[in-house]
Amino acid sequence: MKEITVRDALREALREEMKRDKTVFLLGEDIGRYWGGAFGVTKGLAEEFGDERVRDTPISESAIIGVGVGAAITGMRPVAEIMFGDLSALAMDQICNQAAKIRYMFGGQVKVPLVIRTPFGAGVNIASHHSQSLEAWFMHTPGLYVAVPSTPYDAKGLLKTAIRGNNPVFFVEHKLLYPVKGLIPEEDYTVPFGVADVKREGADVTIFATLYMVHKALAAAKRLKKGGVSAEVVDPRTLSPLDKSTVMKSVKKTGRIVIVTEDSKTAGVSAEIAAMVAEEALDYLDAPIKRVAEPDTPIPFSPPLEQFVIPDEKRIINAVKETVH
Amino acid sequence: MVEKTKLIEMYQGMLQIRYFEEKVFELYGQNLVPGTIHLYAGEEAVAVGVCANLRRDDYITSTHRGHGHCIAKGADMRKVMAEILGKKTGYCKGKGGSMHIADFSMGMLGATAVVGAGIPIAAGAGLSIKLRGTDQVVACFFGEGASNQGTFHEGVNMAAIWRLPVVFVCENNLYAMGTRQSLVMTIGNIADRAVAYGIPGLTVDGNNVLAVYEAASEAVNRARRGEGPTLIECKTYRLKGHSRFDPAAYRPKNEVEEWVKKDPLSRFKSKLIEMGALTEEEEGKLRREANAAVEEAVKFATESPFPEPEEALEDVYVEEESASNK
Repeated sequence: MKEITVRDALREALREEMKRDKTVFLLGEDIGRYWGGAFGVTKGLAEEFGDERVRDTPISESAIIGVGVGAAITGMRPVAEIMFGDLSALAMDQICNQAAKIRYMFGGQVKVPLVIRTPFGAGVNIASHHSQSLEAWFMHTPGLYVAVPSTPYDAKGLLKTAIRGNNPVFFVEHKLLYPVKGLIPEEDYTVPFGVADVKREGADVTIFATLYMVHKALAAAKRLKKGGVSAEVVDPRTLSPLDKSTVMKSVKKTGRIVIVTEDSKTAGVSAEIAAMVAEEALDYLDAPIKRVAEPDTPIPFSPPLEQFVIPDEKRIINAVKETVH
Repeated sequence: MVEKTKLIEMYQGMLQIRYFEEKVFELYGQNLVPGTIHLYAGEEAVAVGVCANLRRDDYITSTHRGHGHCIAKGADMRKVMAEILGKKTGYCKGKGGSMHIADFSMGMLGATAVVGAGIPIAAGAGLSIKLRGTDQVVACFFGEGASNQGTFHEGVNMAAIWRLPVVFVCENNLYAMGTRQSLVMTIGNIADRAVAYGIPGLTVDGNNVLAVYEAASEAVNRARRGEGPTLIECKTYRLKGHSRFDPAAYRPKNEVEEWVKKDPLSRFKSKLIEMGALTEEEEGKLRREANAAVEEAVKFATESPFPEPEEALEDVYVEEESASNK
C-alpha cells in the first residue's frame, strides 16, 4: 500500500489506462502541457502521451462532449474533462440527449464508452457558477452511470472501471477532495460500479453520505460515538447504478437513516434515497427519515454565507440526535 | 466524367428515395405510421450526390429528415420501413422510429432529432479516424436552421483546427420549420460561414445531383488526404411540408412552382437521356424496380410484429458484470 492524494490517484488511473489501451485519450480545456487541468489532474500526461492523446480544446463544452460521443461510437475510449461541473449545463444536450440515449434509441446497436470527468462542490469561495453539486441531474438520466468517489482508493478504482466499461459515465470529483490523502494498493485494481462501501460500521443509525460529505459524516460519527451513539456510514460510491441492497441492509439493521448530500434539498439525491427507503423499508424505521442537504439557494460567495449553506458536522450530529433521541 | 454505371446508380438511388417517401406519406395517411414524419422528397440529389462518393466504411450523421440519408448510404429499406412503423424488425427494434435510424454496420452513425446535435458528433467520428490513422471520412448532414445552433460553430471550428476528415453538408431548404432563412440570417449563403473557420465553403445547386457529386468528390478527396473539412451548402427544397400534415402555407405559391420545375429527379432524367446514358424504356424499368423494392419493404414492415412491451426496458445500458443495476 502507498499513501496518495485523490488528485494523484486519478492521474494514476488515467496514465495506467492510457498505457494499457491505445484507444483511451483525453480532451478538455487546458488539460495539456501548460496547466495540466485546472486542478492539475492531467499534469504531465501530455508530456508522456503527446498532444494528440491529451488534447487541449477550445472553450466549447457542447462540442467537447459531442466529439467525445462521436469518437466513442467509432471505436475510441475518450475521457472528456469539463473544467467545472457547473459548465456541464452547456453540454446538457450532448450528455443527456446524445451520450445517454444513443444506445437505447438505436436499439442497442452501439456502445458509448465515454467518461466525463468534472469537479463539483462548494467551499472555496468561487460563487454560484463554480460551486454547485448537480449529481441529481445526471442520476435522473437513464443511460448514464454516475460515479461519486470519496477517497483516493475509490477514485482510482472507479475511474478505471469507468474507462474500461462500455457505458457513458458521469464521473464526479469533489474539488475539496483533490488534496485528500489515503492508502491505495501498489498493484492494479478496480472498484466495481453499483457496490456501496460501508465506511464505518455502527448499530444505531445509518448515515448515507457521498463525496466530501463522507468525510464530514465520518467525523460526526466519531463525535457521536463519544456520546454513546453508534453510527454506520454508507458511501454508495456510484449513484447510478445504485447499490440499494447495502443501503437497505444497513437501514434494516439500525432502524434509522440520515441522508447527507451537498446538493440542494428539493428533488436532490437525498430525495431519491429518502423515497427509496420509505418505499421499501418503512416498516423497519424507528424514526422519521432525516435529510441534511443544502438549502434551495444558489451557492453564495462571501465565506460566512457559503459556509452557512454547506452541510457541516454539527448539522449532521443534530439530525442524528433527532432520530435517536 | 462520371462513369455511366455510376450515373445510373445515382438515378436509381434518387428514385428509390422518392418512391420510399411517397409510400411513407401514403402509409401515414392510412394511420399506419405512429408519431410524425419528415419527408426527404425533393432533396434526393443531396444525399445521393454526397453518398455516391463514400465507401461502406465511411461515416454519415443524419437528422430528423433522415430517410434519404439512410437509403443513399445503402441501408436496407425493409428495416428502415419497419422502424418507421415501430416494428421489432426495424433498425432500432422500434425504439427510435423515423427520427432515429442508424445502421452502424455500414457507417450510418444515426439520426439525431435535436437540430445541430450531430455536428460535433461528426467531428468526433473525424477525430476517431485521425487517431486510429485510417483514411475514412465523415459526411455530416444538417439543415440551414442547424447552422444557427451553437453546436455548428463549436463542431465546425473543432474540425477545422484539428483538420478532421469531415464534409459538412448543409441542406438549405430555405425554411426552418416555417421560418424563412431571411428572417433569421442576414446572409444568403450558409457557405459564407466557412470563412470564419478558415475552411473552404461552397454553394451548389442542391437539386442538381451532378453538381453535388462533384463538389462532394473534391471535399471527400480533400478530407481523405488529411487536408481537413469543407462546408458544402446545397440549395434545395422540400416537396412536402415540415412534418406530418403541415400544408406549408408559409411558402408562396409561385416559389413552390418554381422549385417543382427544378425537381432533381426530372432534371437528372432529362440530363441522362440527353447524354445518351438512359432511354425512356430503361427509365421505366428502373421505376418499376424501385417501386417493387419499396413494396417489398412495406410488405416486410407491415407483416413484422410489434416489439413486446417489456422490450422497452432493454438496451438502456451495456450489461456488465461489475455494473449491474441492483
